[in-house]
Amino acid sequence: MITAPDFTDWLELRPFQFGSDQKEIMMKDALLALTQWHQSFCSEYKKIIDLFDVDLNNIRRVEDIPFIPVRLFKEFDLRSISSDEIFKTMTSSGTSGQEVSKIHLDRYTASLQTKILSKIMADLLGSKRLPMLVIDSPNVVKNRRSFSARGAGILGFSMFGQDVTYALDEVMAIDWKAITDFLARHTGEPIFVFGFTFMIWQYFVLPLVRENKTLSLENAILLHGGGWKKLSEQAVGNETFKSTLRNQTGLKKVVNYYGMVEQTGSIAIECDQGNLHVPIYSDVVVREPGSFAVAKNGEEGIIETLSILPRSYPGHALLTEDLGVILGKDDCPCGRLGKYFRVNGRLAKAEIRGCSDTHESS
Amino acid sequence: MNLASLPVELLAGSSLHKIQAQTLPPYSEEAIRFLAEVSSRLLKSPEIREYPDIAGFGYWCRRANLSKLALAFDKKYTRLGRGLAFHIAPANVPVNFAFSFAFGLLAGNANIVRVSSAKHPQATVILRAMQELLELSDHARIRRMTSFVRFPRDDEITKALSGISDARIIWGGDATVNRIRTMKTKARCVDVCFADRYSVSLLGADAICDADAESFSRLIVGFYNDVFLLDQNACSSPHLVLWMGNEENIHSAKARFWDGLSEYLDTKLEEPAIHSVDKFTHLCRTAIWLQPINQNRSQSGRIYRVELEQLPVGIENFRGQHGFFFETTDNDLQMLTAILNARYQTLTYYGLDPQIVTRLVVENGLQGLDRVVPVGMALDISTVWDGYDLIGTLSRLIQKI
Repeated sequence: MITAPDFTDWLELRPFQFGSDQKEIMMKDALLALTQWHQSFCSEYKKIIDLFDVDLNNIRRVEDIPFIPVRLFKEFDLRSISSDEIFKTMTSSGTSGQEVSKIHLDRYTASLQTKILSKIMADLLGSKRLPMLVIDSPNVVKNRRSFSARGAGILGFSMFGQDVTYALDEVMAIDWKAITDFLARHTGEPIFVFGFTFMIWQYFVLPLVRENKTLSLENAILLHGGGWKKLSEQAVGNETFKSTLRNQTGLKKVVNYYGMVEQTGSIAIECDQGNLHVPIYSDVVVREPGSFAVAKNGEEGIIETLSILPRSYPGHALLTEDLGVILGKDDCPCGRLGKYFRVNGRLAKAEIRGCSDTHESS
Repeated sequence: MNLASLPVELLAGSSLHKIQAQTLPPYSEEAIRFLAEVSSRLLKSPEIREYPDIAGFGYWCRRANLSKLALAFDKKYTRLGRGLAFHIAPANVPVNFAFSFAFGLLAGNANIVRVSSAKHPQATVILRAMQELLELSDHARIRRMTSFVRFPRDDEITKALSGISDARIIWGGDATVNRIRTMKTKARCVDVCFADRYSVSLLGADAICDADAESFSRLIVGFYNDVFLLDQNACSSPHLVLWMGNEENIHSAKARFWDGLSEYLDTKLEEPAIHSVDKFTHLCRTAIWLQPINQNRSQSGRIYRVELEQLPVGIENFRGQHGFFFETTDNDLQMLTAILNARYQTLTYYGLDPQIVTRLVVENGLQGLDRVVPVGMALDISTVWDGYDLIGTLSRLIQKI
């Protein structure tokens, strides 16, 4: 009988405590244990690994760990727990008409996700809970039984704030009264602002610019994530995002995070140099399209994300559909150890050729 | 119903309400002369360098080829076009609208062609050539019989045009065919429907081992064209590769064939990164759904091969894209016989006698396989396609005793 890998003792460690070499050894062993675990308890995963014909005795590095495409979670119910062990099921937001990922969590995985995220957040915000302003509508979290990625993200991060206040109303318009009252209650205090990149831009920044209004958030730190896909369609990059926010609100500390519902908890955090850093609980490998060989540092490729958290489902090594670049390791001027990287966007959807699909939707 | 008021964009020919269903006999001189002039214009146009599919259509409708087809066509009966043919062309094969039109015209019909809203540059080039010719008084008869239109997905327009048609040529697969077939037509209207189909390849190991460099290279280029020109999405592109030969020869033939294909792919543009993720995802799906015994991926990831011991019934529902193949050995063709159903369209072959395949289909009374063609000809569309004699089907015969 295989013993369940348990990484609760990693909570004793600091998120950016180790340099790459030491981290590599710890991660490799942890991920290998998870691979064996999922192989024993998830029959679909076992079939995949069997077909790949991977020799688990021959895994030397993190990048040797077999990975599966993140898209599989949209098509299959992949889990390594029995149905009565399911504590909660997370779903990805998924743009209209698309299938959503279903991620099944047991108590251990859910609890570890929360605790690891707390470690990362404490590293960013300090251990005290700050007054929190959410740039979204309270509607998103009204139905607590259905955890959309957006709602779950807001609820998850709300644990690190107090006096949680929503900056947008039911129709996604700026709730001036709520914001003014909130700021009046916390004059001079540091403030934690949270939201999703696109929502912040579309429903907060653009209206402020349009109405030529400003806010006073000089003492705040903004954490945002969710991806740049829609913003890059509008040709809005990180620089524009930051500078416009700063102009309208005085926000100086704007921190992007990279994470996904398929690996909740182990997010990568942007430093003041604009680089994304992976904490010790997770890792990033960039692979060349096609061969999936590991790309050289500085070369763009497909991002694979690895995390020690997923034990209830086989999501510890996932090939994403994001493009990115490893920029270096252990030598970012910000001082954080480990790999740092940049996300360049989503893989472009290719035009489909073939004889089906006469009546294309226009 | 007022055709003049339908909100369509006229791309070439006459407005919908001016169309005259005054038919011609099959392979009429008017039709051949028009298409032959389209051919010479296209073959002279600078764009054919960039778009080999324009060249393909231009080459197909040159006079010599059309005369050859005319000569081979049934002379037993007097024939005439059925009347007005309405073509719903596919969105993703840029030149098929032109072939579809040519079949309708050669059969003797007036034609309304719905060109895809995808605005392929190939369509622009071909329609320009056609319009220039249709404006000439020499082709006035053809102009009165021809209308190329574009309109967004709109069931009302499709219904209106279905209601006046004597034949409909419906491309686009099962979903489109089924939807359009619910629309009312004249009682005698004939539908030619191109449903979703599946295709296979049958390769003789001995011949591949023995092939000299030149014929081997022709095989590789042909197989590449069959599969990759339309991202393996065409109904006639093979998804399943069956091998014949002894174990040792199959082993060597596979190595030579797939390595050769992989090297040839290396000379082509790189595939979009998303394709490699698509194939990798499909590999994982097949691991879960089927019981593959082995998988092989070329160094570049362009070719994915999944080896099966048995072919499950319904394997046609597991088709991949962009260079994803199932393969197995089937010396007595027992496995092929067991899976062949009405979905199966084309079998491409190399290094063996195609008679063994046609005999198998006929002797067993199988519903599958309409085309048995050499590797390299999978996409070669002509007047016989998908099990239809299109000129025969789109014309009516006048019996006299």
